Amino acid sequence: MLKFTKDHEWMRIDGDVATVGITAHAAEQLGDLVFVQLPDVGTTLDKGQEVAVVESVKAASDVYAPLAGEVVETNQDIVDDPSIVNASPEGDGWFYKLKLADLGAVDSLLDEAAYKELIG
Amino acid sequence: MSVKAAQETSAALKRTPLHALHLTLDARMAPFAGYDMPLNYAAGVLKEHRHTRAAASLFDASHMGQILVRARSGSSADAAHALERLVPADIVGLAPGRQRYTFFTNDDGGILDDLMVANRGDHFLLVVNAACKEQDETLLRDALSADCSVEPTDHALIAVQGPKAEAALAHLAPDCASMRFMDVRETAIMGTICVVSRSGYTGDDGFEISTPPDVARELAEGLLENPDMAPAGLAARDTLRLEAGLCLYGADLDAATTPVMAGLSWAISPARREDGQRAGGFPGAAVILGELERGSATHRVGLFPQSRAPIRAGTSLFADEAGAAPIGHVTSGGFGPSLDRPIAMGYVHTEFSKPGTQLFAEVRGTRLPAVVSPLPFVEHRYKRG
Repeated sequence: MLKFTKDHEWMRIDGDVATVGITAHAAEQLGDLVFVQLPDVGTTLDKGQEVAVVESVKAASDVYAPLAGEVVETNQDIVDDPSIVNASPEGDGWFYKLKLADLGAVDSLLDEAAYKELIG
Repeated sequence: MSVKAAQETSAALKRTPLHALHLTLDARMAPFAGYDMPLNYAAGVLKEHRHTRAAASLFDASHMGQILVRARSGSSADAAHALERLVPADIVGLAPGRQRYTFFTNDDGGILDDLMVANRGDHFLLVVNAACKEQDETLLRDALSADCSVEPTDHALIAVQGPKAEAALAHLAPDCASMRFMDVRETAIMGTICVVSRSGYTGDDGFEISTPPDVARELAEGLLENPDMAPAGLAARDTLRLEAGLCLYGADLDAATTPVMAGLSWAISPARREDGQRAGGFPGAAVILGELERGSATHRVGLFPQSRAPIRAGTSLFADEAGAAPIGHVTSGGFGPSLDRPIAMGYVHTEFSKPGTQLFAEVRGTRLPAVVSPLPFVEHRYKRG
């Protein structure tokens, strides 16, 4: 199941673990990324908490947690080579995996059609 | 994350003569100094930057102000003397066909704008920053109107920059190949008389072409037909000038910053210094000439962040990891694509300005090490010979 936030994060939910990243639209708007900072594995997140930082050539942006949970895995590849996020934002450019605290909260997120409408 | 939609505010913005071309080239547009300008094209800032260093890029610099100053007496020496009332450069000694970098100063020795002054024989051509051009025009009229006419032009300004810029321009205007850095001449390009200077804002060899607005697009398209030439936007212009250690007015220079603080003492001509033929005589001369003698309390430096995290403008700098009081701040910072690492410039108390000095930049609550570096980060490749 693929879900989105109005803050341009995506979540692919598989059981009670969600893979999280930033959307293709966000990656395009930011331009070439040169720095990614990810949370430590084991970090507990509240919904909406600042969890990661991405920096393009021009500016830094915060990435927020779409839902509450615990970080169980991070993608070191994008720290070593941030251009992977630009090349494949919704594939190899994933950020981290989140063990969801409340599966029911998934329903509060946008589906793909609603997100596409949001970005026009 | 928050992502801005660039198109929201574009309606009220001014457009350069190349605006339609930018849209055709699929530029990502953004507001800059009141203009709707190309931030980058499809290639993106990293590729545009690296292409400039490896081959040649075309930039739209038409948002910049171009102002003609002409002596009412008809003698350009009178205009030169008049201009020297506002700037610390030797304008009287500037030969026809040459240009010089200088700045308008205020009574405190601060920089009101930085600019190029070209001696065009019977008049002077000033190229000033987009955000300052109305203020500069007022300053010039107030100070010079008795002696000079002051007329802004509506000409476009096209910059071609990079090691292959000479070949690309010489294909259309062969006489440009023999120009040296800071030469200025009139030449026909594709049937139109243009004013070409061998200069730019990237640290690389290149030219700036002042051309009537109605032919600007045709000329730009003519230059872009060259396979070595690609369009580059404002984002690449900014990373290129930062690598070259060149100041951006409003970021690295402002009305509270003196030329000595900014490391621009080289632009204060010998003729205008203490014991020079026309010593002083510009606003703030006492402050600036005093600082030339005794040094300034703060100084502009280059900074190499020691981690991969870029250090941005506005970041506070500290002498150590725990110190409470900042000893400086960053004025330009980001990523240097030619060096593949973050770079920054800022101002620090002079005692911390020596290359190799280890400082700390506070980024998101963490003190990250940064080492004072000589400027420029990337050697200039001007054609001086």
